[in-house]
Order: sequence, then structure tokens, then C-alpha cells
Amino acid sequence: MTLTELISKLDERFTIINLSDDADQRQLSKVFCCDLLSFAMARNPADSVWVTVMGNVNTIGVMSLTDGAAVIIAENAAIDEIAAKKAVEQNIAVIKTALPVFETALTIHELIK
Amino acid sequence: MKYSYDLHIHSCLSPCGSDDSLPSNIVGMAALKGLDIIAVTDHNSCGNSRAVDKLGNEYGVLTVPGMELTTAEEVHVVCLFHNIESAEEFSEYVHSKLLPIENNEAAFGKQQFADEDDNIIKTEPLLLINATEIPFDGVYDIVKTYSGIMIPAHIDKSSTSVLSNMGFIPPDSKFSTAEIKHIGYKERLIGENPYLNDCNIITNSDAHYLEDINEPINFLELREKSIDCLLDTFNKKYIKGR
Repeated sequence: MTLTELISKLDERFTIINLSDDADQRQLSKVFCCDLLSFAMARNPADSVWVTVMGNVNTIGVMSLTDGAAVIIAENAAIDEIAAKKAVEQNIAVIKTALPVFETALTIHELIK
Repeated sequence: MKYSYDLHIHSCLSPCGSDDSLPSNIVGMAALKGLDIIAVTDHNSCGNSRAVDKLGNEYGVLTVPGMELTTAEEVHVVCLFHNIESAEEFSEYVHSKLLPIENNEAAFGKQQFADEDDNIIKTEPLLLINATEIPFDGVYDIVKTYSGIMIPAHIDKSSTSVLSNMGFIPPDSKFSTAEIKHIGYKERLIGENPYLNDCNIITNSDAHYLEDINEPINFLELREKSIDCLLDTFNKKYIKGR
């Protein structure tokens, strides 16, 4: 499933903060959950959908470094202004939801499996 | 005497710090604003401390060698030292405890060592924003062996703070000074975290850009304007009405 296809299946509980240019071609691999950036940096699989509550600029840095497909900021956690700006600059897909991390991950997992 | 301070400022060595935040610009800006005491505290490195120190002497600003350490739990802790030598030794120790992940300048930004004349001497290859292998509960004793003190940074922040990442202040903590980002939250934070009752509470800019360095609006009561006096004050429990 591509990122574009996933997004078309998301309901109103999800808000798209930024979309990447390659969403049409980006084949999603799996869901990854982690809130420690140093762990995510070493373990986030390429093309994954990463679910986290960390919405700062370094989250975008980790996405860029690990080549994740999209990051979902769960629990209605804040995405700071610098992070949102950096996501646009770095062409990183960012989605936001009020759902807890587990429900978010499960929802995405069910959609892309 | 009361002295104005800003003890948490990032230079161009921090990946997220502005490339314009050269030691000369930081100390020059502090002097221009009339700050008495500053500390440049880059993420996991004291690499620009020596240049800052030289410039501090030149500009008449007291500069405290420092670092913003990232613990294994990704809690940020400002560490301050009595002299450059101790700070540099601690910096070397922290470097050996950094995760072996290289910086990606496009993703995180440049990590530049600069001298007092604005020359970029070299860049740091390992990503400095990353966690180290040092746990929060080990910081006090480790920093003490380098004659330094620890100050948990921006404890009211929703990420990278002791409260956000650990949930509470570990009751066996030993620090005597804590940094709050929004000083208006002070009373509420003390109410929720009784440990802070005995702490000196300070607030700094955490400036990553020159324009964000604080104006001289925050003051410390010190016997004299010296690093020893400052660190001794921070190292003692806060006593009301002192």
C-alpha cells in the first residue's frame, strides 16, 4: 500500500499536517512505535509509519535519517512550529491524531497489512 | 550583589544552534545586552568553551564553562564547571559515552567548533543531540568528580525534561538547582514536586539564535561575581529567606 492510499483510508480522527511529494510511490513497510529518539534513530525501519508522541524538530531529523514514510504524532501531542517548518523543508509526511499510541498503531497496522 | 545571568545558550556546535552563534557573537551580544554572567551549554560537548572563556575575559562578561548533557533517558541536564580544564575533561568523557551515530547535517544541522576569531576549526562527526549512555541517576556523582554541578534543564518542558521523560523527580536525586523554562509555572511546579522546595530555581533562554539570548531580566544574589561563588550557591540547598 502506498502512503497516498493509506491517507485516503484514514478517517476524521487523523489530520494531515504535511504530505511528502513521493506519497504516491512510497510503499509502506510496517508500523513502528517508539518515543526515545535515540532508539528510533537506530531502529525505525525504512518506509515505515512511525507512531510517537515526540513532536519536536529532532523527530523530523530522525525521519529524514531513517527514511521513514510518515510519522504520526499520537495522543494529541504538540508539534512545535520549528518541527512543522522543518517537515515542509525536508519533505516529511506528518500526521496527527488524538488516539493513543497503541490504537493509532493498530489502526494503521490493520489498514496496511 | 545582584547579577544578571543567562546560563543556557547554544553555540554553532549544537546541531540545532544557529551558524551565526559563534563564540564571539554570543559573548558580544551578552556584553551588549549588559548580562553579567553567561554559560554556553552545547549538547554533549564543551568544545567551544575555551573560545568563549577567552572572549569573556576580553568583554568583561563572566563565562561559566558548561554543557547540556543528554542522559540515557533523553533528559537534558545543564552541567556547569569551575574551569575550562574540568569542562574539557568531562566533555571527553561524555564523547566516549555518545551513541555511535554520525551527524547528518541536512537533517540535524552543522556541529562547528569555532575559535575566538570566528574561524571554524573543525566539525564534530558524531551526532551531539543524541542520548549518551549516562543515566539520570548517575549524573550528579559523575559531574561532581569533575568538580561540576548538575541543573536539570527546562523541567517544565513537555519533552527532554526530567518531568516529561521520567514522570517525576526521582526522590533520591541530589541536585540543588533546577531550571524552569516558564518562570510563571514556578509555584505550581513546586506544589506538584515537593523536592523543588529545597531547590534554587533559575530560568534561562536556551537560546539557539543570537536574538533569543535573554535581556538582563533575571538576577542572582551572589557575594561576588565569580564562578566559584556561583557554583557554591547552586550547590547548596535553597533556604527560604536566605
